[in-house]
Amino acid sequence: MKKTSEKIVKWILIGISALFFLLMLVLPLIEVIVRALADGLQSYQAALAAENTLSALKVTLIATVIAVAVNTVFGLVASWVVTKFDFRGKNVLSALIDIPFSISPVIAGLAFIMTFGRSGWAKPVIDGINEVFGTDLALVFSVPGVVLATIFVTFPFISREIIPVLYAQGRAEEEAAAMMGASGFIIFRKITFPHIRWGLLYGMILCAARAFGEFGAVYAVSKARGKTFTLPLEIDALYMAGSADSITQAFAVSSLLVGMALVMLILKNVVEYRGKRNNR
Amino acid sequence: MYVELKNINKKFGDYEAAKNISFGIEKGKLAALLGPSGSGKTTILRILAGLEQQDSGDVMIEGNVVNDVPASERGIGFVFQNYALFRYMTVYENIAFGLKVQKMEKQKIRERVQEMISLIGLEGLEKRYPNQLSGGQRQRVAFARAIAPNPQLLLLDEPFAAIDAKVRKELRRWLKEMIEKVGITSIFVTHDQEEAVEVADDILIINEGKLEQIGSPIDIYKNPKTPFVAQFIGTSVILESLSGFKGYEEIPNGKKVIVRPEFVEAFKSDNQKFAKMKNAVEEGIIENIVFRGSYLELTLCVNGVRLTTNRSLERRHVEIGEKMCVLLYRVYLFDENGAQIHKNELLKGIDVEAL
Repeated sequence: MKKTSEKIVKWILIGISALFFLLMLVLPLIEVIVRALADGLQSYQAALAAENTLSALKVTLIATVIAVAVNTVFGLVASWVVTKFDFRGKNVLSALIDIPFSISPVIAGLAFIMTFGRSGWAKPVIDGINEVFGTDLALVFSVPGVVLATIFVTFPFISREIIPVLYAQGRAEEEAAAMMGASGFIIFRKITFPHIRWGLLYGMILCAARAFGEFGAVYAVSKARGKTFTLPLEIDALYMAGSADSITQAFAVSSLLVGMALVMLILKNVVEYRGKRNNR
Repeated sequence: MYVELKNINKKFGDYEAAKNISFGIEKGKLAALLGPSGSGKTTILRILAGLEQQDSGDVMIEGNVVNDVPASERGIGFVFQNYALFRYMTVYENIAFGLKVQKMEKQKIRERVQEMISLIGLEGLEKRYPNQLSGGQRQRVAFARAIAPNPQLLLLDEPFAAIDAKVRKELRRWLKEMIEKVGITSIFVTHDQEEAVEVADDILIINEGKLEQIGSPIDIYKNPKTPFVAQFIGTSVILESLSGFKGYEEIPNGKKVIVRPEFVEAFKSDNQKFAKMKNAVEEGIIENIVFRGSYLELTLCVNGVRLTTNRSLERRHVEIGEKMCVLLYRVYLFDENGAQIHKNELLKGIDVEAL
C-alpha cells in the first residue's frame, strides 16, 4: 500500500516540476528561437551582423572576461582569508561578500553613478588622474563603467563556491605540509589547489553566465547604444523600438544570448560531473 | 632533559589554555599528555611544535631555546588528529613529500620511502590514495610521513581517536614498538587513561591548563599528588564522609574521600577466605550489576553511600538486591593540597595484597 502511494506522490511531483519547467522555461525559449527566425534565415543573419549587435557582443565579452579574471583573484584571496585565518571582523567580511546577492543591481549601478558621476565625490580624483596622465578615463557611461558594474554584481560567485570546500578541508593538511618545511606557494599548488580546482572552475562558469546576462547594474551606467551597450541592453533597445523588424531583431540577438547561456550550462554540468568523480 | 618547557603561558581570549607549564622529557622516552578534553593538552603539543605561539615562557629542544624557530625548522615530526594525509596524493607521495621539500636527491627519496613503507608493512599499497585505506593503515602512513625526514622529536595528537576500539589496541602496541624500534623521543596527547598507561613511559596529567603531575604510570596510579589526579586516574567514587565505616576515624574537616573499585571487596557471608577480617565487615546491598566484558561491575549501597567494585566472572553468581559482606581496605583522603592514602585501622597487620 505504502509503496504505491509513494509512487503516486513521486510521479505527481515529477509531473508538476516538468509542467512548470515546460511553461516557464522551455516554451518561452522555443518562442525566442521561433520569433528570431520568423523573417527567415537571411534577416536573422543580418540582425546578428548589425553594427550595434557586434559592438554589444564585444562589450559583453570584454566585461565578462575581465569580471571573471578579477573575481577569480578576488574570490581566491577572500575565501583564503575567511577560511584560513582568525581575525576580528571575519564574520562581517564574510557577510560583505554576499552584498551583491542581496542588493538590486540597479542600486549598484546608481551607486556607481553617485560615486564616479559628474556630481560624485570621486569625480575630482578621476579628473586628477586624467590630468596627470593625459588620459580620458571615465567610469560612468563608458566601457570601464560597464566592466566595474559587472565585476560588482558577479563578485560573490567564485568565493561562495570555494569557501565551503576550504572549510570542509580544514587547516590540518596545510599545517602538516608547513611543518615539513613547504613554502606557501608549494602548499597552495600541491595541497590547496587540487581541492578547490573544480569548485573554482564551477564558480568561474557561474560568474561568466551571470556576467553575460547582467542588465540592471549595466543599464544604470551605460547609455550609448553602439558604444557601451551590452547584449541585454541591445535586446531591450531593439524591442523598445517597437517596429516589427526591430522586434524580430531583438529575438535574433536574444537567441545569441540563449546560445551562450546553453554553452555555459553544458560546461557547468560537465564540470560538476567531473568534480564529483574526482572528489576523493 | 631533551625537550623542556619553561613557564609556558597561553591564552585564547579569556580562556587560559596553558598556565605556567614546565616539564622536561628525557631523550628516547615516550611521554603522554593526559587530560580531559578542553584541558589544554593539545595546545601544549602545538606550542612545542611551533604551530602555536606561547604568550610567555621558553620551549627548549636539546638545550637550545627554539621560541623563534619556525615549526618547519624545529626538526619535529607531527602526526595530526585524523592524520591530515594529503588526500590528492598517493601513499608514496605522502611519505615522499617532506623529503621532496627538503630537495633530497630522487634516488635517495625512493630508497627512504621504500624503507618507510616496509617499516610500516604497507608494501604494495604505494599507489593507493588515503581514502582507499583503512583507519589503521592511514595511521601507519601518517606515522611514516612524520618520521621519513628523520626528525629528532615525534609529536602525536590523539593518534588513536579516529580508530575503532578493536584496532586501537593493536595499533597502540604497534606504535609503541615502532617508536622503540626507531628510538625517537615522542610525546602524544590522549584523553584515554588506559591508552596513556599502556603506551607511555611517562605520563603528564593536564587539567585546566595546569600540569597536575608527571611520573611513571604506576607512580601516578599509586601516589596521586593532587585531588584531580586521584579522581581522574582509575574509576573513583568521591564521598563526603566515612561515618559509620569501621576502622576509619572521623575525617578531618575539609577533606574528602576517594574510593576506587580495587579498594572495595564484596563477598558472600559464608566465604572463608575473608574470615579473619570479619571484624571490619560492613553490610552492603547490590543495587546494580553491569557486565564489563571480562568482569562484573557491582554497585553496592553501604552505610547509605554507593561504592563500586569489580568482580571476577570466575566467582559465584550474585544478584541485584543480594546482601553482601563488604570490606573497605583503604581510601584516599584529599583536600586542595594533595591526596594521601589512608588504610583501614582494623586491617593493620593483615596482608591485604596477598588475597
